[in-house]
Amino acid sequence: MTLRVEVEHRYRTGAVSVSFEAPTPGVIALFGPSGSGKTTVMNAMAGLLRTRHVRVNLNGVALQMIAPSQRQIGYVFQDGRLFPHLTVQHNLHYGAKRSGARKPGAGQDDVIALLGLSALLKRWPHTLSGGERQRVAIGRALLRQPRLLLMDEPLSALDQARRDEILPYLARLRSAFSLPIVYASHALDEVMRLADTLVLLESGRVRAAGKMTDLVSRLGLPLAMREDAAGVLLGRVFDHAPERRLSAVACGSTVFRVPMLAVPEGSDVRLRVLARDVILATNEPRGISVTNMLEARITEVLRIEADHAMLVQLELVGGGQLLSRVTVDAAERLGLRHGMVVLALVKAVSVELLA
Amino acid sequence: MLFNLSPDEQQALLLTLGVSARAVGFGLPLAILVAAILSRVRFPGRFLLHAVVHLPLMLPPVVTGWLLLLVFGVNGPVGAALEKYFGVRLVFTEAGAALACLVMIFPLMVRSIRLSLEAIDPGLLQAACTLGAGPFDRFLSITLPLAMPGLLTAAVLGYTASLGEFGAVITFAANIPGETQTLPLAIYAALETPGGEQAAARLSVVAILLALLGLGVAELVGWRAGRRRT
Repeated sequence: MTLRVEVEHRYRTGAVSVSFEAPTPGVIALFGPSGSGKTTVMNAMAGLLRTRHVRVNLNGVALQMIAPSQRQIGYVFQDGRLFPHLTVQHNLHYGAKRSGARKPGAGQDDVIALLGLSALLKRWPHTLSGGERQRVAIGRALLRQPRLLLMDEPLSALDQARRDEILPYLARLRSAFSLPIVYASHALDEVMRLADTLVLLESGRVRAAGKMTDLVSRLGLPLAMREDAAGVLLGRVFDHAPERRLSAVACGSTVFRVPMLAVPEGSDVRLRVLARDVILATNEPRGISVTNMLEARITEVLRIEADHAMLVQLELVGGGQLLSRVTVDAAERLGLRHGMVVLALVKAVSVELLA
Repeated sequence: MLFNLSPDEQQALLLTLGVSARAVGFGLPLAILVAAILSRVRFPGRFLLHAVVHLPLMLPPVVTGWLLLLVFGVNGPVGAALEKYFGVRLVFTEAGAALACLVMIFPLMVRSIRLSLEAIDPGLLQAACTLGAGPFDRFLSITLPLAMPGLLTAAVLGYTASLGEFGAVITFAANIPGETQTLPLAIYAALETPGGEQAAARLSVVAILLALLGLGVAELVGWRAGRRRT
Protein backbone atom coordinates (compact mmCIF):
# COMPACT_ATOMS: atom_id res chain seq x y z
CA MET A 1 0.00 0.00 0.00
CA THR A 2 1.46 3.31 -1.05
CA LEU A 3 0.75 6.99 -1.34
CA ARG A 4 2.06 8.57 -4.52
CA VAL A 5 1.96 12.33 -4.88
CA GLU A 6 2.93 14.64 -7.74
CA VAL A 7 2.38 18.38 -7.54
CA GLU A 8 3.46 21.09 -9.92
CA HIS A 9 2.56 24.69 -9.34
CA ARG A 10 3.96 27.97 -10.49
CA TYR A 11 3.93 31.15 -8.43
CA ARG A 12 5.03 34.53 -9.59
CA THR A 13 8.08 34.17 -7.37
CA GLY A 14 8.96 30.56 -8.02
CA ALA A 15 7.79 27.10 -8.80
CA VAL A 16 6.91 24.02 -6.82
CA SER A 17 7.61 20.68 -8.42
CA VAL A 18 7.37 17.86 -5.95
CA SER A 19 6.81 14.17 -6.23
CA PHE A 20 7.23 11.44 -3.67
CA GLU A 21 6.07 7.99 -2.78
CA ALA A 22 5.68 6.44 0.65
CA PRO A 23 4.34 3.26 2.20
CA THR A 24 1.02 3.51 4.05
CA PRO A 25 -0.23 3.57 6.71
CA GLY A 26 2.42 5.67 8.36
CA VAL A 27 3.46 9.24 8.95
CA ILE A 28 5.05 11.00 6.00
CA ALA A 29 6.79 14.17 7.10
CA LEU A 30 7.29 17.04 4.67
CA PHE A 31 10.24 18.81 6.19
CA GLY A 32 11.67 22.12 5.09
CA PRO A 33 11.89 25.82 5.90
CA SER A 34 8.92 28.08 5.27
CA GLY A 35 8.58 28.80 1.58
CA SER A 36 9.86 25.37 0.61
CA GLY A 37 6.45 24.31 -0.70
CA LYS A 38 4.95 22.26 2.13
CA THR A 39 1.63 24.07 2.26
CA THR A 40 1.40 24.23 -1.53
CA VAL A 41 1.74 20.46 -1.74
CA MET A 42 -0.91 19.92 0.94
CA ASN A 43 -3.38 22.42 -0.50
CA ALA A 44 -2.97 20.84 -3.90
CA MET A 45 -3.57 17.39 -2.44
CA ALA A 46 -6.73 18.59 -0.68
CA GLY A 47 -7.94 20.34 -3.82
CA LEU A 48 -7.84 23.80 -2.23
CA LEU A 49 -5.37 25.11 -4.81
CA ARG A 50 -5.72 25.02 -8.54
CA THR A 51 -2.42 23.74 -9.83
CA ARG A 52 -0.93 22.98 -13.19
CA HIS A 53 -0.62 19.36 -12.30
CA VAL A 54 -1.56 17.30 -9.30
CA ARG A 55 -1.80 13.60 -8.77
CA VAL A 56 -2.62 11.92 -5.48
CA ASN A 57 -2.76 8.18 -5.67
CA LEU A 58 -3.62 6.41 -2.43
CA ASN A 59 -3.60 2.62 -2.60
CA GLY A 60 -4.57 2.73 -6.26
CA VAL A 61 -7.30 5.38 -5.95
CA ALA A 62 -6.74 8.60 -7.89
CA LEU A 63 -7.96 11.16 -5.36
CA GLN A 64 -7.44 14.17 -7.62
CA MET A 65 -10.37 12.98 -9.73
CA ILE A 66 -12.76 13.46 -6.80
CA ALA A 67 -14.33 16.83 -5.94
CA PRO A 68 -12.42 18.44 -3.04
CA SER A 69 -15.40 18.28 -0.69
CA GLN A 70 -15.83 14.56 -1.38
CA ARG A 71 -12.17 13.56 -1.22
CA GLN A 72 -12.30 12.51 2.41
CA ILE A 73 -8.95 14.06 3.06
CA GLY A 74 -8.83 15.36 6.62
CA TYR A 75 -6.89 18.60 6.95
CA VAL A 76 -5.57 20.10 10.16
CA PHE A 77 -4.50 23.66 9.48
CA GLN A 78 -1.75 25.58 11.19
CA ASP A 79 -4.28 28.02 12.63
CA GLY A 80 -6.94 25.48 13.60
CA ARG A 81 -9.75 27.17 11.71
CA LEU A 82 -12.51 26.18 14.10
CA PHE A 83 -15.88 27.63 13.15
CA PRO A 84 -16.41 30.54 15.57
CA HIS A 85 -20.21 30.31 15.46
CA LEU A 86 -20.31 26.68 16.55
CA THR A 87 -19.52 25.04 19.88
CA VAL A 88 -16.74 22.49 20.12
CA GLN A 89 -19.33 19.73 19.91
CA HIS A 90 -20.84 21.13 16.74
CA ASN A 91 -17.44 21.76 15.24
CA LEU A 92 -16.66 18.09 15.81
CA HIS A 93 -19.99 17.07 14.28
CA TYR A 94 -19.56 19.24 11.21
CA GLY A 95 -17.45 16.75 9.31
CA ALA A 96 -18.94 13.67 10.95
CA LYS A 97 -22.43 14.63 9.76
CA ARG A 98 -21.14 14.97 6.23
CA SER A 99 -19.05 11.81 6.21
CA GLY A 100 -22.01 9.61 5.36
CA ALA A 101 -20.96 7.35 8.21
CA ARG A 102 -23.03 4.21 8.37
CA LYS A 103 -23.00 4.29 12.14
CA PRO A 104 -23.15 7.88 13.36
CA GLY A 105 -21.04 8.29 16.46
CA ALA A 106 -18.94 5.25 15.70
CA GLY A 107 -15.39 6.08 16.60
CA GLN A 108 -16.49 9.38 18.04
CA ASP A 109 -16.03 8.28 21.63
CA ASP A 110 -12.60 6.92 20.76
CA VAL A 111 -11.52 10.18 19.16
CA ILE A 112 -12.90 12.26 22.03
CA ALA A 113 -11.14 10.06 24.56
CA LEU A 114 -7.88 9.92 22.62
CA LEU A 115 -7.68 13.69 22.34
CA GLY A 116 -9.11 14.41 25.79
CA LEU A 117 -11.96 16.50 24.45
CA SER A 118 -14.86 15.46 26.66
CA ALA A 119 -14.50 18.44 29.01
CA LEU A 120 -14.46 20.90 26.10
CA LEU A 121 -17.60 19.87 24.21
CA LYS A 122 -19.84 22.69 25.44
CA ARG A 123 -17.23 25.43 25.06
CA TRP A 124 -16.96 28.04 22.31
CA PRO A 125 -13.81 28.15 20.19
CA HIS A 126 -12.80 31.61 21.40
CA THR A 127 -12.63 30.36 24.99
CA LEU A 128 -10.11 27.62 24.16
CA SER A 129 -6.34 27.80 24.58
CA GLY A 130 -4.19 27.36 21.49
CA GLY A 131 -3.42 23.77 22.39
CA GLU A 132 -7.05 22.90 23.04
CA ARG A 133 -8.04 24.49 19.77
CA GLN A 134 -5.58 22.33 17.82
CA ARG A 135 -6.80 19.20 19.61
CA VAL A 136 -10.37 20.02 18.59
CA ALA A 137 -9.22 20.69 15.02
CA ILE A 138 -7.53 17.29 14.93
CA GLY A 139 -10.63 15.63 16.35
CA ARG A 140 -12.84 17.37 13.81
CA ALA A 141 -10.66 16.16 10.94
CA LEU A 142 -10.61 12.60 12.33
CA LEU A 143 -14.38 12.43 12.76
CA ARG A 144 -14.74 13.20 9.08
CA GLN A 145 -13.46 9.61 8.77
CA PRO A 146 -10.73 10.56 6.34
CA ARG A 147 -8.77 8.10 4.27
CA LEU A 148 -5.79 10.42 4.46
CA LEU A 149 -4.94 13.05 7.05
CA LEU A 150 -2.98 16.20 6.24
CA MET A 151 -1.45 18.19 9.07
CA ASP A 152 0.13 21.51 8.16
CA GLU A 153 2.47 22.53 10.96
CA PRO A 154 -0.23 21.90 13.53
CA LEU A 155 2.08 22.85 16.39
CA SER A 156 3.98 25.79 14.98
CA ALA A 157 1.58 28.41 16.34
CA LEU A 158 1.99 27.03 19.87
CA ASP A 159 4.58 27.70 22.55
CA GLN A 160 6.86 24.92 23.78
CA ALA A 161 4.63 23.96 26.71
CA ARG A 162 1.57 23.59 24.46
CA ARG A 163 3.57 21.63 21.92
CA ASP A 164 4.68 19.21 24.59
CA GLU A 165 1.04 18.91 25.61
CA ILE A 166 -0.08 17.87 22.13
CA LEU A 167 2.85 15.78 20.88
CA PRO A 168 1.86 12.73 22.94
CA TYR A 169 -1.64 12.90 21.45
CA LEU A 170 -0.12 12.92 17.98
CA ALA A 171 2.10 9.97 18.80
CA ARG A 172 -0.95 8.10 20.07
CA LEU A 173 -2.87 9.04 16.96
CA ARG A 174 -0.12 7.51 14.85
CA SER A 175 -0.47 4.13 16.50
CA ALA A 176 -4.22 4.15 17.26
CA PHE A 177 -5.54 4.63 13.73
CA SER A 178 -4.08 2.92 10.73
CA LEU A 179 -4.35 6.14 8.80
CA PRO A 180 -1.82 7.59 6.40
CA ILE A 181 -0.76 11.00 7.69
CA VAL A 182 1.14 13.67 5.80
CA TYR A 183 2.71 15.98 8.35
CA ALA A 184 4.37 19.25 7.37
CA SER A 185 6.86 20.68 9.80
CA HIS A 186 10.01 22.67 10.11
CA ALA A 187 10.76 21.35 13.60
CA LEU A 188 13.20 18.46 13.54
CA ASP A 189 12.17 17.08 16.93
CA GLU A 190 8.54 16.67 15.77
CA VAL A 191 9.70 14.85 12.69
CA MET A 192 11.95 12.54 14.69
CA ARG A 193 9.11 11.71 17.04
CA LEU A 194 6.40 11.11 14.49
CA ALA A 195 7.68 10.40 11.01
CA ASP A 196 8.16 7.04 9.35
CA THR A 197 8.98 8.50 5.96
CA LEU A 198 10.74 11.80 5.49
CA VAL A 199 10.49 14.04 2.45
CA LEU A 200 13.02 16.87 2.56
CA LEU A 201 11.86 19.93 0.65
CA GLU A 202 14.10 22.75 -0.49
CA SER A 203 12.79 25.74 -2.48
CA GLY A 204 9.97 23.82 -4.09
CA ARG A 205 11.86 20.62 -4.85
CA VAL A 206 12.47 17.31 -3.14
CA ARG A 207 16.02 17.26 -1.85
CA ALA A 208 15.78 13.70 -0.53
CA ALA A 209 13.10 11.22 0.47
CA GLY A 210 13.21 7.95 2.33
CA LYS A 211 12.99 6.28 5.70
CA MET A 212 13.23 8.90 8.42
CA THR A 213 15.82 6.97 10.43
CA ASP A 214 18.06 6.76 7.36
CA LEU A 215 17.73 10.36 6.30
CA VAL A 216 18.40 11.98 9.65
CA SER A 217 21.82 10.37 9.78
CA ARG A 218 22.71 10.69 6.11
CA LEU A 219 25.84 12.75 5.69
CA GLY A 220 25.62 15.47 3.09
CA LEU A 221 22.03 16.33 3.93
CA PRO A 222 21.50 19.45 6.01
CA LEU A 223 19.98 17.46 8.89
CA ALA A 224 23.30 15.82 9.80
CA MET A 225 25.07 19.18 9.81
CA ARG A 226 22.80 20.69 12.40
CA GLU A 227 23.74 21.36 15.98
CA ASP A 228 21.02 18.91 17.09
CA ALA A 229 21.92 16.22 14.54
CA ALA A 230 21.12 12.81 15.96
CA GLY A 231 20.54 9.18 15.21
CA VAL A 232 17.01 7.90 15.76
CA LEU A 233 16.44 4.23 16.58
CA LEU A 234 13.16 2.35 16.64
CA GLY A 235 13.12 -0.16 19.47
CA ARG A 236 11.06 -2.13 21.89
CA VAL A 237 11.29 -2.11 25.65
CA PHE A 238 12.03 -5.72 26.59
CA ASP A 239 13.27 -5.64 30.14
CA HIS A 240 13.22 -3.51 33.24
CA ALA A 241 15.95 -3.97 35.82
CA PRO A 242 14.60 -2.17 38.89
CA GLU A 243 17.63 -3.12 41.04
CA ARG A 244 19.92 -1.26 38.58
CA ARG A 245 17.26 1.36 37.83
CA LEU A 246 17.75 0.69 34.14
CA SER A 247 15.50 -0.41 31.30
CA ALA A 248 16.65 -2.30 28.24
CA VAL A 249 15.49 -1.38 24.77
CA ALA A 250 16.15 -3.66 21.81
CA CYS A 251 16.71 -2.09 18.41
CA GLY A 252 17.20 -5.12 16.21
CA SER A 253 19.72 -7.06 18.26
CA THR A 254 21.35 -3.91 19.57
CA VAL A 255 20.48 -3.38 23.21
CA PHE A 256 20.41 0.08 24.74
CA ARG A 257 20.29 0.52 28.49
CA VAL A 258 18.55 3.66 29.56
CA PRO A 259 17.38 5.11 32.87
CA MET A 260 14.30 3.22 34.05
CA LEU A 261 11.33 3.92 31.75
CA ALA A 262 7.75 4.38 32.88
CA VAL A 263 6.33 2.39 29.97
CA PRO A 264 5.42 -1.31 30.10
CA GLU A 265 7.62 -4.02 28.64
CA GLY A 266 6.81 -4.66 25.00
CA SER A 267 6.14 -0.98 24.22
CA ASP A 268 7.48 0.38 20.97
CA VAL A 269 9.67 3.41 21.57
CA ARG A 270 11.88 5.77 19.64
CA LEU A 271 15.29 6.63 20.94
CA ARG A 272 17.33 9.64 19.98
CA VAL A 273 21.06 9.97 20.52
CA LEU A 274 22.66 13.30 19.65
CA ALA A 275 25.74 13.09 17.46
CA ARG A 276 27.82 15.11 19.91
CA ASP A 277 26.98 12.63 22.73
CA VAL A 278 28.49 9.61 20.96
CA ILE A 279 32.08 8.83 21.96
CA LEU A 280 34.19 6.59 19.71
CA ALA A 281 36.82 4.17 20.99
CA THR A 282 39.11 1.69 19.27
CA ASN A 283 39.67 -0.34 22.46
CA GLU A 284 37.24 -1.16 25.21
CA PRO A 285 37.94 1.35 27.97
CA ARG A 286 37.89 0.25 31.62
CA GLY A 287 36.67 2.03 34.70
CA ILE A 288 34.32 4.28 32.82
CA SER A 289 30.77 5.35 33.65
CA VAL A 290 29.43 4.85 30.13
CA THR A 291 26.73 2.16 30.13
CA ASN A 292 26.30 1.42 26.44
CA MET A 293 29.31 0.15 24.47
CA LEU A 294 28.14 -0.83 21.02
CA GLU A 295 30.12 -2.37 18.24
CA ALA A 296 29.71 -0.32 15.08
CA ARG A 297 31.09 -0.06 11.58
CA ILE A 298 32.00 3.32 10.15
CA THR A 299 30.00 3.71 6.94
CA GLU A 300 30.92 7.26 6.07
CA VAL A 301 33.07 10.11 7.29
CA LEU A 302 32.60 13.79 6.53
CA ARG A 303 34.93 16.60 7.50
CA ILE A 304 33.28 19.90 8.44
CA GLU A 305 36.07 22.43 7.92
CA ALA A 306 34.30 25.37 9.48
CA ASP A 307 33.87 23.60 12.83
CA HIS A 308 37.16 21.62 12.79
CA ALA A 309 34.91 18.63 13.33
CA MET A 310 34.35 15.27 11.76
CA LEU A 311 30.94 13.65 11.30
CA VAL A 312 31.03 9.88 11.46
CA GLN A 313 28.14 7.73 10.33
CA LEU A 314 27.93 4.42 12.14
CA GLU A 315 26.09 1.23 11.34
CA LEU A 316 25.59 -0.65 14.62
CA VAL A 317 26.48 -4.29 14.25
CA GLY A 318 23.22 -5.29 15.92
CA GLY A 319 21.20 -2.92 13.72
CA GLY A 320 20.43 0.79 13.74
CA GLN A 321 22.35 3.88 12.74
CA LEU A 322 24.10 6.52 14.81
CA LEU A 323 25.97 9.69 14.11
CA SER A 324 29.04 10.76 15.99
CA ARG A 325 30.59 14.19 15.91
CA VAL A 326 34.22 14.29 16.96
CA THR A 327 37.07 16.73 16.50
CA VAL A 328 39.34 16.44 13.51
CA ASP A 329 42.13 15.86 15.97
CA ALA A 330 40.39 12.87 17.60
CA ALA A 331 39.56 11.39 14.21
CA GLU A 332 43.20 11.62 13.18
CA ARG A 333 44.51 10.18 16.46
CA LEU A 334 42.21 7.16 16.13
CA GLY A 335 42.69 6.92 12.35
CA LEU A 336 38.94 6.81 11.77
CA ARG A 337 38.07 5.79 8.25
CA HIS A 338 35.36 4.16 6.20
CA GLY A 339 34.83 0.44 6.97
CA MET A 340 36.60 0.46 10.33
CA VAL A 341 34.92 -1.22 13.30
CA VAL A 342 34.87 0.84 16.49
CA LEU A 343 33.06 0.99 19.79
CA ALA A 344 30.35 3.64 20.09
CA LEU A 345 30.06 4.73 23.70
CA VAL A 346 26.71 6.18 24.70
CA LYS A 347 25.89 7.24 28.25
CA ALA A 348 22.54 5.89 29.39
CA VAL A 349 21.45 9.44 30.27
CA SER A 350 22.23 10.58 26.74
CA VAL A 351 19.67 8.25 25.25
CA GLU A 352 16.53 10.26 24.93
CA LEU A 353 13.14 8.65 24.76
CA LEU A 354 10.89 10.29 22.17
CA ALA A 355 7.20 10.16 23.06
CA MET B 1 -51.21 58.00 23.90
CA LEU B 2 -48.64 60.73 24.20
CA PHE B 3 -49.30 62.12 20.77
CA ASN B 4 -52.86 62.29 19.69
CA LEU B 5 -52.43 61.29 16.09
CA SER B 6 -55.42 61.81 13.88
CA PRO B 7 -56.76 58.76 12.02
CA ASP B 8 -55.10 60.04 8.84
CA GLU B 9 -51.79 60.41 10.59
CA GLN B 10 -52.07 56.95 12.13
CA GLN B 11 -52.77 55.60 8.68
CA ALA B 12 -49.67 57.30 7.31
CA LEU B 13 -47.59 55.79 10.12
CA LEU B 14 -48.93 52.25 9.59
CA LEU B 15 -48.52 52.60 5.85
CA THR B 16 -44.90 53.67 6.27
CA LEU B 17 -44.12 50.73 8.54
CA GLY B 18 -45.77 48.34 6.07
CA VAL B 19 -44.07 49.80 3.00
CA SER B 20 -40.66 49.63 4.67
CA ALA B 21 -41.26 46.06 5.84
CA ARG B 22 -41.99 45.06 2.27
CA ALA B 23 -39.01 46.94 0.92
CA VAL B 24 -36.71 45.12 3.35
CA GLY B 25 -38.52 41.79 3.06
CA PHE B 26 -38.16 41.63 -0.71
CA GLY B 27 -34.91 43.55 -0.90
CA LEU B 28 -32.82 41.65 1.66
CA PRO B 29 -32.67 38.24 -0.05
CA LEU B 30 -31.87 39.95 -3.32
CA ALA B 31 -29.25 42.10 -1.61
CA ILE B 32 -27.62 38.96 -0.13
CA LEU B 33 -27.46 37.41 -3.58
CA VAL B 34 -26.01 40.52 -5.22
CA ALA B 35 -23.53 41.06 -2.37
CA ALA B 36 -22.39 37.43 -2.67
CA ILE B 37 -21.94 37.80 -6.41
CA LEU B 38 -20.09 41.10 -6.13
CA SER B 39 -17.78 39.86 -3.39
CA ARG B 40 -17.07 36.40 -4.79
CA VAL B 41 -17.53 36.18 -8.53
CA ARG B 42 -15.40 37.90 -11.14
CA PHE B 43 -17.31 38.21 -14.41
CA PRO B 44 -17.34 40.66 -17.35
CA GLY B 45 -20.47 42.60 -16.41
CA ARG B 46 -19.40 42.98 -12.81
CA PHE B 47 -18.81 46.72 -12.93
CA LEU B 48 -22.13 47.28 -14.65
CA LEU B 49 -23.99 45.40 -11.88
CA HIS B 50 -22.01 47.33 -9.30
CA ALA B 51 -22.93 50.62 -10.95
CA VAL B 52 -26.64 49.85 -11.38
CA VAL B 53 -26.94 48.74 -7.76
CA HIS B 54 -25.16 51.79 -6.37
CA LEU B 55 -26.57 54.42 -8.70
CA PRO B 56 -29.55 55.37 -6.45
CA LEU B 57 -27.04 56.26 -3.72
CA MET B 58 -25.41 58.87 -5.97
CA LEU B 59 -28.31 60.13 -8.08
CA PRO B 60 -30.83 62.75 -6.97
CA PRO B 61 -33.76 60.63 -5.68
CA VAL B 62 -36.05 62.40 -8.11
CA VAL B 63 -34.02 61.03 -10.96
CA THR B 64 -34.26 57.53 -9.52
CA GLY B 65 -38.03 57.96 -9.25
CA TRP B 66 -38.25 59.14 -12.82
CA LEU B 67 -36.11 56.23 -14.05
CA LEU B 68 -38.46 53.90 -12.17
CA LEU B 69 -41.37 55.55 -13.97
CA LEU B 70 -39.64 54.93 -17.29
CA VAL B 71 -39.07 51.25 -16.55
CA PHE B 72 -42.01 50.30 -14.35
CA GLY B 73 -44.54 52.88 -15.58
CA VAL B 74 -47.66 51.84 -17.46
CA ASN B 75 -45.84 52.30 -20.76
CA GLY B 76 -42.43 51.16 -19.49
CA PRO B 77 -41.08 47.79 -20.66
CA VAL B 78 -41.41 46.06 -17.30
CA GLY B 79 -44.46 47.97 -16.14
CA ALA B 80 -46.42 47.13 -19.29
CA ALA B 81 -45.52 43.45 -19.04
CA LEU B 82 -46.49 43.30 -15.36
CA GLU B 83 -49.85 44.83 -16.13
CA LYS B 84 -50.46 42.63 -19.16
CA TYR B 85 -49.53 39.26 -17.65
CA PHE B 86 -50.15 39.69 -13.93
CA GLY B 87 -52.55 42.61 -13.78
CA VAL B 88 -50.13 44.34 -11.41
CA ARG B 89 -49.74 48.07 -11.55
CA LEU B 90 -46.92 49.70 -9.59
CA VAL B 91 -47.18 53.41 -10.36
CA PHE B 92 -49.22 55.35 -7.82
CA THR B 93 -49.76 52.25 -5.62
CA GLU B 94 -48.56 51.11 -2.23
CA ALA B 95 -46.55 48.34 -3.91
CA GLY B 96 -44.95 51.06 -6.04
CA ALA B 97 -43.99 52.99 -2.92
CA ALA B 98 -42.38 49.81 -1.55
CA LEU B 99 -40.47 49.32 -4.82
CA ALA B 100 -39.19 52.90 -4.76
CA CYS B 101 -38.03 52.42 -1.15
CA LEU B 102 -36.43 49.08 -2.04
CA VAL B 103 -34.40 50.58 -4.88
CA MET B 104 -33.27 53.43 -2.66
CA ILE B 105 -32.15 51.28 0.30
CA PHE B 106 -30.74 48.47 -1.87
CA PRO B 107 -27.20 49.90 -2.16
CA LEU B 108 -27.07 50.45 1.61
CA MET B 109 -28.00 46.84 2.28
CA VAL B 110 -25.67 45.42 -0.38
CA ARG B 111 -22.79 47.42 1.02
CA SER B 112 -23.32 46.34 4.60
CA ILE B 113 -23.77 42.68 3.63
CA ARG B 114 -20.78 42.75 1.32
CA LEU B 115 -18.54 44.08 4.05
CA SER B 116 -19.56 41.29 6.40
CA LEU B 117 -19.17 38.66 3.68
CA GLU B 118 -15.70 39.88 2.84
CA ALA B 119 -14.72 39.86 6.51
CA ILE B 120 -15.19 36.09 6.63
CA ASP B 121 -11.89 34.22 6.71
CA PRO B 122 -11.73 32.21 3.47
CA GLY B 123 -9.75 29.64 5.44
CA LEU B 124 -12.92 28.68 7.27
CA LEU B 125 -14.59 27.91 3.96
CA GLN B 126 -11.58 25.82 2.93
CA ALA B 127 -11.85 23.93 6.20
CA ALA B 128 -15.56 23.34 5.58
CA CYS B 129 -14.72 22.06 2.12
CA THR B 130 -12.28 19.48 3.46
CA LEU B 131 -14.96 18.44 5.96
CA GLY B 132 -17.30 17.49 3.14
CA ALA B 133 -19.37 20.62 2.55
CA GLY B 134 -20.11 21.58 -1.07
CA PRO B 135 -20.45 25.23 -2.18
CA PHE B 136 -24.13 25.67 -1.34
CA ASP B 137 -23.74 23.81 1.95
CA ARG B 138 -20.81 26.08 2.85
CA PHE B 139 -22.87 29.17 2.07
CA LEU B 140 -25.69 28.02 4.35
CA SER B 141 -23.64 26.56 7.18
CA ILE B 142 -20.68 28.95 7.35
CA THR B 143 -21.12 32.11 5.30
CA LEU B 144 -24.67 33.05 6.30
CA PRO B 145 -24.33 32.49 10.05
CA LEU B 146 -21.02 34.36 10.15
CA ALA B 147 -22.49 37.22 8.12
CA MET B 148 -25.58 37.33 10.32
CA PRO B 149 -24.60 40.50 12.22
CA GLY B 150 -24.09 42.22 8.86
CA LEU B 151 -27.42 40.94 7.59
CA LEU B 152 -29.25 42.20 10.66
CA THR B 153 -27.50 45.53 10.48
CA ALA B 154 -28.42 45.77 6.80
CA ALA B 155 -32.05 45.00 7.59
CA VAL B 156 -32.25 47.55 10.40
CA LEU B 157 -30.40 50.24 8.47
CA GLY B 158 -32.48 49.59 5.38
CA TYR B 159 -35.72 49.67 7.31
CA THR B 160 -34.85 52.91 9.05
CA ALA B 161 -33.66 54.56 5.86
CA SER B 162 -36.75 53.35 4.04
CA LEU B 163 -39.01 55.11 6.56
CA GLY B 164 -37.60 58.43 5.38
CA GLU B 165 -37.56 57.93 1.61
CA PHE B 166 -39.07 60.94 -0.09
CA GLY B 167 -37.97 61.94 -3.57
CA ALA B 168 -38.18 58.61 -5.32
CA VAL B 169 -41.46 57.71 -3.65
CA ILE B 170 -43.23 60.95 -4.46
CA THR B 171 -42.00 60.86 -8.05
CA PHE B 172 -42.86 57.24 -8.73
CA ALA B 173 -45.82 56.59 -6.43
CA ALA B 174 -47.15 60.11 -5.91
CA ASN B 175 -48.62 61.44 -2.68
CA ILE B 176 -51.96 59.68 -2.25
CA PRO B 177 -53.23 59.59 1.36
CA GLY B 178 -53.88 56.04 2.50
CA GLU B 179 -52.20 54.60 -0.57
CA THR B 180 -48.72 56.01 -1.05
CA GLN B 181 -48.53 58.83 1.47
CA THR B 182 -45.78 57.70 3.83
CA LEU B 183 -44.60 59.59 6.88
CA PRO B 184 -42.24 62.06 5.14
CA LEU B 185 -44.83 62.68 2.43
CA ALA B 186 -47.47 63.32 5.07
CA ILE B 187 -45.17 65.77 6.82
CA TYR B 188 -44.53 67.53 3.53
CA ALA B 189 -48.27 67.68 2.81
CA ALA B 190 -48.98 69.02 6.29
CA LEU B 191 -46.42 71.78 5.87
CA GLU B 192 -48.01 72.73 2.57
CA THR B 193 -51.39 73.04 4.24
CA PRO B 194 -52.12 76.35 6.05
CA GLY B 195 -52.14 75.70 9.81
CA GLY B 196 -50.60 72.28 9.36
CA GLU B 197 -47.49 72.93 11.53
CA GLN B 198 -49.01 71.09 14.50
CA ALA B 199 -49.56 67.97 12.49
CA ALA B 200 -46.11 68.25 10.93
CA ALA B 201 -44.54 68.55 14.38
CA ARG B 202 -46.38 65.49 15.72
CA LEU B 203 -45.34 63.40 12.73
CA SER B 204 -41.76 64.65 12.95
CA VAL B 205 -41.53 63.56 16.58
CA VAL B 206 -42.76 60.13 15.53
CA ALA B 207 -40.12 60.06 12.81
CA ILE B 208 -37.41 61.03 15.29
CA LEU B 209 -38.52 58.32 17.72
CA LEU B 210 -38.51 55.70 14.96
CA ALA B 211 -35.03 56.76 13.91
CA LEU B 212 -33.74 56.51 17.49
CA LEU B 213 -35.35 53.10 17.86
CA GLY B 214 -33.69 51.91 14.66
CA LEU B 215 -30.34 53.22 15.83
CA GLY B 216 -30.79 51.47 19.19
CA VAL B 217 -31.61 48.15 17.55
CA ALA B 218 -28.62 48.46 15.21
CA GLU B 219 -26.34 49.13 18.18
CA LEU B 220 -27.77 46.14 20.04
CA VAL B 221 -27.18 43.86 17.08
CA GLY B 222 -23.59 45.07 16.72
CA TRP B 223 -22.93 44.70 20.43
CA ARG B 224 -24.27 41.15 20.61
CA ALA B 225 -22.27 40.13 17.56
CA GLY B 226 -19.11 41.65 19.02
CA ARG B 227 -19.63 39.87 22.34
CA ARG B 228 -19.87 36.45 20.75
CA ARG B 229 -16.79 36.80 18.61
CA THR B 230 -14.18 37.85 21.15
